[in-house]
Amino acid sequence: MKAAIVVFPGSNRERDAVAALEAVSGTKPHLVWHRDTELPKVDLIVVPGGFSYGDYLRSGAMAAHSPIMREVKARADQGVRVLGVCNGFQIITEAGLLPGALMRNGALKFVCRVQHLRVENTDSPFTKKYAKGQIVRFPVAHGDGNYWTDAETVKRLDGEGQVAFRYVADEARADPRGNPNGSVSDIAGIFNAKRTVLGLMPHPEDAVEALHGNTDGKPMFEGLVEALS
Amino acid sequence: MSAEATKAQERPVTAELAKEFGLSAEEYRNALDILGRTPTFTELGIISVMWSEHCSYKSSKLWLKTLPTTGPQVICGPGENAGVVDIGDGDAVIFKMESHNHPSYIEPYQGAATGVGGILRDVFTMGARPIANMNALRFGSPDHPKTRHLVSGVVAGIGGYGNCVGVPTVGGETNFHPAYNGNILVNAMTVGVAKTDKIFYSAAAGIGNPVVYVGSKTGRDGIHGATMASAEFTEDSEEKRPTVQVGDPFTEKLLIEACLELMETDAIVAIQDMGAAGLTSSSVEMAGKGGLGIELTLDTLPMREQAMTPYEIMLSESQERMLIILKPGREEVAKAIFDKWELDFAVIGHLTDTGNLVIKMYGETWCNMPIAPVSNAAPEYDRPWEPTPKASDLDDSVFDGYSESLGDTLTKLFGCPDLASKRWIWEQYDSLVGGDTRFMSGQADAAVVRVPGQTKAVAITTDCTPRYCLADPIEGGKQAVAEAWRNLSAVGALPLAITDNMNFGNPEKPRIMGQFVGAVQGIGEACKALDFPVVSGNVSLYNETNGEAILPTPAIGGVGIMPDAMIAVGIAFKNEGDVILAVGDTKGHIGQSIFLREILGREEGAPPPVDLAVERRNGDFVRGLIREGLVVSSHDVADGGLMVTIAEMALPVASAPT
Repeated sequence: MKAAIVVFPGSNRERDAVAALEAVSGTKPHLVWHRDTELPKVDLIVVPGGFSYGDYLRSGAMAAHSPIMREVKARADQGVRVLGVCNGFQIITEAGLLPGALMRNGALKFVCRVQHLRVENTDSPFTKKYAKGQIVRFPVAHGDGNYWTDAETVKRLDGEGQVAFRYVADEARADPRGNPNGSVSDIAGIFNAKRTVLGLMPHPEDAVEALHGNTDGKPMFEGLVEALS
Repeated sequence: MSAEATKAQERPVTAELAKEFGLSAEEYRNALDILGRTPTFTELGIISVMWSEHCSYKSSKLWLKTLPTTGPQVICGPGENAGVVDIGDGDAVIFKMESHNHPSYIEPYQGAATGVGGILRDVFTMGARPIANMNALRFGSPDHPKTRHLVSGVVAGIGGYGNCVGVPTVGGETNFHPAYNGNILVNAMTVGVAKTDKIFYSAAAGIGNPVVYVGSKTGRDGIHGATMASAEFTEDSEEKRPTVQVGDPFTEKLLIEACLELMETDAIVAIQDMGAAGLTSSSVEMAGKGGLGIELTLDTLPMREQAMTPYEIMLSESQERMLIILKPGREEVAKAIFDKWELDFAVIGHLTDTGNLVIKMYGETWCNMPIAPVSNAAPEYDRPWEPTPKASDLDDSVFDGYSESLGDTLTKLFGCPDLASKRWIWEQYDSLVGGDTRFMSGQADAAVVRVPGQTKAVAITTDCTPRYCLADPIEGGKQAVAEAWRNLSAVGALPLAITDNMNFGNPEKPRIMGQFVGAVQGIGEACKALDFPVVSGNVSLYNETNGEAILPTPAIGGVGIMPDAMIAVGIAFKNEGDVILAVGDTKGHIGQSIFLREILGREEGAPPPVDLAVERRNGDFVRGLIREGLVVSSHDVADGGLMVTIAEMALPVASAPT
């Protein structure tokens, strides 16, 4: 599997993504600078976490309009897999690859903690190595992770199997303490209609080795390698 | 703006103006003697910041010189932007802790944020990629009307800056005491790693070499900030809000990447960040260390505001700026990198052989004075001091009337602000970015962060028990160092060196100066006994409001090394049936304990004495056991004694990464 990671001024988890992808795929991903207008031929595009352009405007809003994003959108339309994590989720949502919006956390504070998630759909290269309903732990670290879309869209996302992950308390209960940011319907990550694009707030790339305390993020990268090699 | 308009803004230089700028009558006379004339307005501003307590360490220098600063592991001790210690394999760890107390009290979010930004620059300016941030915070009483506002502002500021630049904030300490009601302490520490053959220093070299300004534009923020940090607070301190700088972590992130990219080339001769006293201290220190002169022409300097005067530019403390001396002809190489990162870049002068600081703007010369005499003449005081009277030991009669159960006592202790969970704070910090965090402090006695791309890890801790320092500065100073050493050993790390952040009241009061002298003595003794030298540090004095001083708070930041991050142990108990081993004598000391304060309502007695030889023996023993893989969890016995220690090990840390 060949992967490219898009780097914006202010991206700061691109190194984490490089390490996770390299560890699982054995291939170093390409780093693509935001001013570039072309992407190398790749199977996966990662838009990493951070604070692109400082997020001084709405999070991800500036990056969504940078030159490279036109190319990312074009590739996504061709079916190239796109993974947006944290700020990357905000950017690809602002760019229109996914529905909805990400608002300031409900508690109005940045939150960093290890978060329990439930895998809602396994019919994608991102989630095929998980079991439906499996509880996994990925860290979250964000100030603007409060996903919102209207009730009708939530219903459609659920109906079409586009909800990838939901926040849960430790034992999959519908416990508000499980939701770190006030997201509608406890949504942590969503797919596009074809399930070729995944955006999520939690960081699977920071849960891939013993040092991280758990390796629940590793199957996501293994699934991608399996599907795209 | 023109020369005429600038002159119209300047005030006549007199002894009164010098006093307003923070110079004593004697210091002003000294300035007249050195120059042989009345300084210009710009020169007076420059001299006053160079000779401020904050920049000159005039009250503390004499005593700081007594601290041990060398050892086989030390590559660079105090005097540079940060300390440098060898960690093997051609790698070095570079670290320092620095205070941003006065600004954080006046404007907590920006004060704390720019404190983080400043200490980050001190570390990456030496060629290190920052891998961890820590902080040591002291606030007033939780029920004081300002405390809630200050805590939330400082925590949000630290998080806002650190999270954005992508350096994990992996821990620290937070205490509360009414003595900090009028002066909070915000001490920020950064740890970075570099190759030992790619470390950058600040001494300028090469007559004619270009002086380059990079980073943010210069505005009118922070003018005379160093002077503010060199005086007590009074009722009108709120009016000093305009002297607090505003941080831009996004620009800092770009600056880190651009500087590290430039450091990959061979273009740099010397580099220094513009911190306190901005362009003044950076240009004077760089030229001074190289024994050279420097000539700056400020017209091309990137400015954020219109019609700035040379005085304002030289004293501005605008953030996220660096001064670089380049090799001749490398301007284009450097400019291309800063263009890529969309940062300002300007050649603003060159090095000279005159030994003078020359400032030109609007076609005129505003400053032309010798650097060495002015630097060397920075005052150094042997301030009068009184030793702190020894507190007497308490006897068992303090327990008279104490009848509650140990369970109730434990509950109360856990509920007290100093021992209560600090999760509300640390959840606001991104502690995991970089993917190298093994433990944040709280999960283990020290934070453990892997060196990127390697298996080895650095352990980091910050420690100080101010109530011990108040009762006995010497023992308190010793204890702070010993606890840092113990905390590093308790995770399995070999302690290497410390940075000290000395926070005290007004040094012109002999009682306060005595606290400082005592703490330095205690720190020095402990550093010697534990082979744990001081490699960097910072002094913050005048932490007083209306004559009330803070508790003496010599915060110690300790750094250690271990060959593999995965051998580190945390504090949490792991398995039923595991044996619990207590190492060291439990003598039942009650003086200055948390129990005495929180349960019996008394803050008195002598702190527990520190036996440095036993400390060393026990620490070596515990580290040895951990390295042999015999230990699953370990925790030092500190605040709250054995009972609280055991309870902390038994409490699950619910959302810990492990």
